[in-house]
Amino acid sequence: MSCALSQPTLGGQILRFTARGLFLTGGVLLFVLALTWLLYVIFIDSAGEPMNQLGNEGTDAADITSLYNVVFWMAGAVFFAIMAITLVFSIMFRERPGREALQIHGNSRLEIMWTLIPVIIVAAIAIPSFEVIAARTGDAPDDALQVIATGHQWWFEFEYPEYGLVTANELYVPADRPVEVLLHSEDVIHSFWVPRLAGKVDMVPGHENRLFFTPTVVQEEAYYAQCAEFCGLSHANMRFRVFVREQADFDQWVQAQLADAAEPAEGLVAEGAQIFATSACVGCHTIRGTAAQAQVGPDLTHVGSRTTLASAMMANTPENMARWLLDPPAVKPGSKMPDLDLTDDQVAKLVAYLESLE
Amino acid sequence: MATAAGTVPQIEEAGGVWSWVTTVDHKRIGALYGLTALIFFLLGGVEALLVRTQLATPNGQVLDADLYNQLFTMHALTMIFLAIMPLGVAFFNYFVPLMVGARDVAFPRLNALSYWIFLSGGVLLTSSFFLGGAPDGGWFGYAPLSSEEFATTSKAMDFYVVGLLILGISSLMGALNFAVTIINMRAPGMTMMRLPVYIWMTLITAFLLILSLPVLTVALIQLLFDRNFTTNFFTPQAGGDPILWQHLFWIFGHPEVYILILPSFGIVSEVLPVFSRKPLFGYAAIVFAGVSIAVLGFVVWSHHMFTTGLATVPQIAFSASTMGIAIPTGIKVFNWLGTMYGGNIRFTTAMYYAVAFIAMFTIGGISGVMHASPPVDAQQQDTYFIVAHIHYVLFGGAIMGILAGVYYWFPKMTGRFLDEGLGKLNFWLVFIGMNLTFFPMHFLGIAGMPRRIYTYDSGLGWDTWNLVATIGSYTIALGMLVFLVAFFRAMRQEKTAGDNPWDAATLEWATSSPPPEHDFDVVPVVRDRDPLWYDRDHNIEPPEVPEHQHIHMPPPSYIPVVLALGVLLLGVGVLSHLAVTALGVVVILYSIWAWALEPTD
Repeated sequence: MSCALSQPTLGGQILRFTARGLFLTGGVLLFVLALTWLLYVIFIDSAGEPMNQLGNEGTDAADITSLYNVVFWMAGAVFFAIMAITLVFSIMFRERPGREALQIHGNSRLEIMWTLIPVIIVAAIAIPSFEVIAARTGDAPDDALQVIATGHQWWFEFEYPEYGLVTANELYVPADRPVEVLLHSEDVIHSFWVPRLAGKVDMVPGHENRLFFTPTVVQEEAYYAQCAEFCGLSHANMRFRVFVREQADFDQWVQAQLADAAEPAEGLVAEGAQIFATSACVGCHTIRGTAAQAQVGPDLTHVGSRTTLASAMMANTPENMARWLLDPPAVKPGSKMPDLDLTDDQVAKLVAYLESLE
Repeated sequence: MATAAGTVPQIEEAGGVWSWVTTVDHKRIGALYGLTALIFFLLGGVEALLVRTQLATPNGQVLDADLYNQLFTMHALTMIFLAIMPLGVAFFNYFVPLMVGARDVAFPRLNALSYWIFLSGGVLLTSSFFLGGAPDGGWFGYAPLSSEEFATTSKAMDFYVVGLLILGISSLMGALNFAVTIINMRAPGMTMMRLPVYIWMTLITAFLLILSLPVLTVALIQLLFDRNFTTNFFTPQAGGDPILWQHLFWIFGHPEVYILILPSFGIVSEVLPVFSRKPLFGYAAIVFAGVSIAVLGFVVWSHHMFTTGLATVPQIAFSASTMGIAIPTGIKVFNWLGTMYGGNIRFTTAMYYAVAFIAMFTIGGISGVMHASPPVDAQQQDTYFIVAHIHYVLFGGAIMGILAGVYYWFPKMTGRFLDEGLGKLNFWLVFIGMNLTFFPMHFLGIAGMPRRIYTYDSGLGWDTWNLVATIGSYTIALGMLVFLVAFFRAMRQEKTAGDNPWDAATLEWATSSPPPEHDFDVVPVVRDRDPLWYDRDHNIEPPEVPEHQHIHMPPPSYIPVVLALGVLLLGVGVLSHLAVTALGVVVILYSIWAWALEPTD
């Protein structure tokens, strides 16, 4: 029942298409199309997750995402084509009694054609890529807010030279104003990555890298961010948060952060302050307005105002603070802050004091 | 005949452990490589299973951070240097002489030395687990994390340096040996453009090794000196530069990817025509595409460093060269499909693996082109998207190709067949398992999961796909168990394979299965690119075997083992006491002297 629809030839032999063959081919194409579509749906679904890398909330991320879309369509088309051809050939040319294999060694015209196909695909990806490269490796706009981000094993320090302000692990930026982040490292290589706002750039000791973006979407929740270069024992625990605020709210935040630490009130809080001032704490931390001025660990002047603890490992609750103070390396393996052998009573007082530093 | 130190009386078909220790027969050395690499492959698989078990659920408690970091580092080192590379070398050893129509490699004793040094390096690197902790700084060993300042607690990164240096010596010697064999020992009529594609890919791989390994050696020695003799090549505080390490590492590291994948390109280029019952489509294009990939492979290394702060021009240049690799790679994929086109395809397990290779490798190639675009890479770099990519290339590509080769060549190597029923079961478990494990990693990457993290919180959309990936990894493990069952069952079967059970075209099928020690009773004459098919179609009978011929083969020797032991002592000394190194030097000098005086017959 071979009904020849057309008679293309290859290597001098006439190719025959049977109805059954066409039916099978159609089925395979539908199957691969369905598979490609399913994978596409899951990709889109994954792009809805809180740390997804197809964000549009910062200008750099948005530029990359629009490029990503071009790349994705190319990838999807090639995926569909190769999977379909492989399956169709596997079915069409499987062993059959009486079938003779075509004894051909090649076909110059075909080979030239499929040399050109990847050239075209690659050019279609390359040209928009080069435009985005040029845009994101250029100079930041003049009115950009500068932030110096310094990577430490295993936390982030943020300094705003414009305000003389230092904070840690939670970065606040105003919406619709460009931000230029100067990237430093105090020890090993880290990488600064806020997926929904900007592509990552490494923090390399001895180098000053930079990136810039304009956050465009104010939202109450934080943008999740995480170190993206393996940096040792607690690499997995080196996270941070970025808050995008209206300019007025941002200014208010800056003013609050610039203030010295709150005077300790009576009771537990005052006792906690006393313990802080007379123990190992002052050897590493700064609390502006007190004698604690060391710069080894994060600045704690307004630690109570942060939403997270230990480089965004956990929510800032008194219970988590207590757990941290009792044995930091047990919470964050390798933590540079050692177990200080504090008693439960000392911890309770320190927690009261630190949580009061809003 | 004078016997000097090292020579062992030659016995036909000798058995026993001593005959294996002293062997210089390329087939036996190939078998040693293959079995050793299989053991390391299983070990690397167990390391992967532990990693996947830890990641199965958020905040996993199976491993602590320290052990996790050791395991993911050792998984990569084991799979790359102790499993995939030596599995490739196992086939090089066994089949390069057979496929070019030679009786052995050019330097048989050097070949034995390569194996024993490889074994020393592998054992030394793995022993670190029991000697204070395995390397934990990633297989790329980035400075300054790998420096003395940040990795002081143990000798872990010294094991890394010394282990890789020793393995590098082995690979370099092997590469020279195969290059010389292929160029100089081809049978009459075997011109370069009649070489089987597998041999071409081997030759290209050998040149990649010869050109890239010295760069790694330089970097490792600098790191060794930084760590132990207070030099400051990579120490920023003293004017060194950690980025220098990255350049040196990836100038080696990117060609290394092609070192891992090209042998599998070669294998499927043999398997596809045989089971499609037609010649390879576009032989010359496939060969030249392979050469182009190798050449381009040396000018793309900085695409591993797009996020390190590269300026505009280098980003564009390395992006363009990287995308350029898609062109020869595309040619290869289309030519393999062209080989299937119009065939009468026998779907043996080997063919299943070869066809799966085309599809799976293509997926790895597609994602590779995606992050050849630096802005896209700024999002994908160091996320699970990259983990998905490398595993589609190295598992979907390299391992699938190697498994195709195992099923294809098993009858030649043993005279026995691997059971096709178990083979298909093995294939489907591995194929489904690998897609369950690695495809969801694309989704995890899109959802923002970074690589090399031992723990993660729930609520980020990473839970489901991590669990699926872990289930997939156990499916692969089950598939490999089925392979082991098939392997041990086959070894108890009769040798029924015959010379050429698949009706293949290349010279290794012109001799008995398994081949005699001297490979060919009469050196074959090559009249076509597919010599056995040409002879079959032109009714050319195999040549007469002359009676009473004497075939001269190199005698067994234990000197290579002793010399390898000297190299091991050299390494152990660096890790313990310099006196051991001195002893190693003495052993090496003695062995070289004994080697030089060893008679060759």
